Amino acid sequence: MTRKMPNGIASLPAHRVPTHHLSEELLLDYAAGSCGEAEALIIATHLALCPDCRAVVEACDAVGGALLDEIAPTAVGAGSLEAVLARLDDVTSAVETSPFVAPRGHEDIVVPEPLRSYLATDLKDVAWKPVMRGLDEAAVPICTSPAKSRLMRIGAGVAVPRHTHHGSEMTLVLSGGFSDNRGHFVRGDIAVSDPEVEHRPVADADEDCICFVVTDAPLKLTGPIGRLLNPFVRF
Amino acid sequence: MMLMPFNGRMTEQDQSVPTTNGSEPPLTDLLTAVATSRDRTAFSALFAYFAPRIKAYLLRTGCEAGAAEEIAQEVMITVWRRAETFDASQASASTWVFTIARNKRIDAFRRNRRPEYDPDDPALVPAESISADNRIEVDQAAKRLRAAMNDLPPEQRELLRMAYFDDQPHSAIAEASNLPLGTVKSRIRLALTKLRKGLKEEEE
Ligand SMILES: [Zn+2]
Repeated sequence: MTRKMPNGIASLPAHRVPTHHLSEELLLDYAAGSCGEAEALIIATHLALCPDCRAVVEACDAVGGALLDEIAPTAVGAGSLEAVLARLDDVTSAVETSPFVAPRGHEDIVVPEPLRSYLATDLKDVAWKPVMRGLDEAAVPICTSPAKSRLMRIGAGVAVPRHTHHGSEMTLVLSGGFSDNRGHFVRGDIAVSDPEVEHRPVADADEDCICFVVTDAPLKLTGPIGRLLNPFVRF
Repeated sequence: MMLMPFNGRMTEQDQSVPTTNGSEPPLTDLLTAVATSRDRTAFSALFAYFAPRIKAYLLRTGCEAGAAEEIAQEVMITVWRRAETFDASQASASTWVFTIARNKRIDAFRRNRRPEYDPDDPALVPAESISADNRIEVDQAAKRLRAAMNDLPPEQRELLRMAYFDDQPHSAIAEASNLPLGTVKSRIRLALTKLRKGLKEEEE
């Protein structure tokens, strides 16, 4: 089942549960709070689209709670409680709200939180920059992370040049779909590529594929054309 | 940051639902009292239980003592402010406080906000079956989880402590502990499988 989308985005599957997931190790890193902001952002955005991985993270949070219960306590300073009690008068019980207000017709929103707040817009207003024929990208501003994060738009039917990775790469499909040697990826699916993976993603023939990509090191193009392009690709 | 071997600071015996001491009400009730009636006595009891644990957690993750004290206070103020958002049918009090302490630590250490999904986001894909979990089940699940943790082989337990307390992703833990990455991954998977099984299982 699909629904019609505006702005050239053909369709979104209605509440499809993804089939390509994050590993438990990465979900544990996220729950423990030990991954960088860019990695945490792509993981959390997959979580918005994936009830299965959310259940794993909830279990990991519960492990964190149990570890907190059993840690040997360290005494706090003598006046610590009084200092906190004195400050309670100043704080109103403000429940923090999401900075993004869902616009009218919010069923048309393509980009879930937390990515939507980082973009400060939904997909239709993204400023794309061409990389090569059939491939555009837009940087996602994350000031504190050494990892590169960006949106990628692969034209319908376009093949991305064959490449490997010096580091790891995580790719989350937001609309459309692509295939590589690991299978078919559509909205909500996430692909994690280790350095040894060489792949050549091809976008589905019927619509553009838009992905959120986080890379922790530059890509290395390995095909004959790719090698020529290497100096120009700033992935 | 240096990877510290497990130094025996944590105890293995406590399997009961934690209370501030034997005679006081469970943490969940204290938190509910703060949420519904801004009860300062309940808050003080929560502080007595959690503040020293949060401080220990922050010290273990590499925080310096003064900062650990300060951030622990910030966490407790957030507990006061956000008590209404605690949902006893979703998580235990300790789990909820852990997530606040973890997020404050990330704010303070990395100077970034922690990206999290918004459960009310219209773009969120909901779970297919809404689980009928209630508060009693959450309490029992927490108890079973502690039992399952105590049953873990020492090397899996140690790896979990490193993962949660050493502020390093599993790949860095592998490097720092001279274990092959595959071994670290399989130990984490084994541990999580056992713990998740423990969380789900009905009372024996
Ligand atoms: Zn998933």
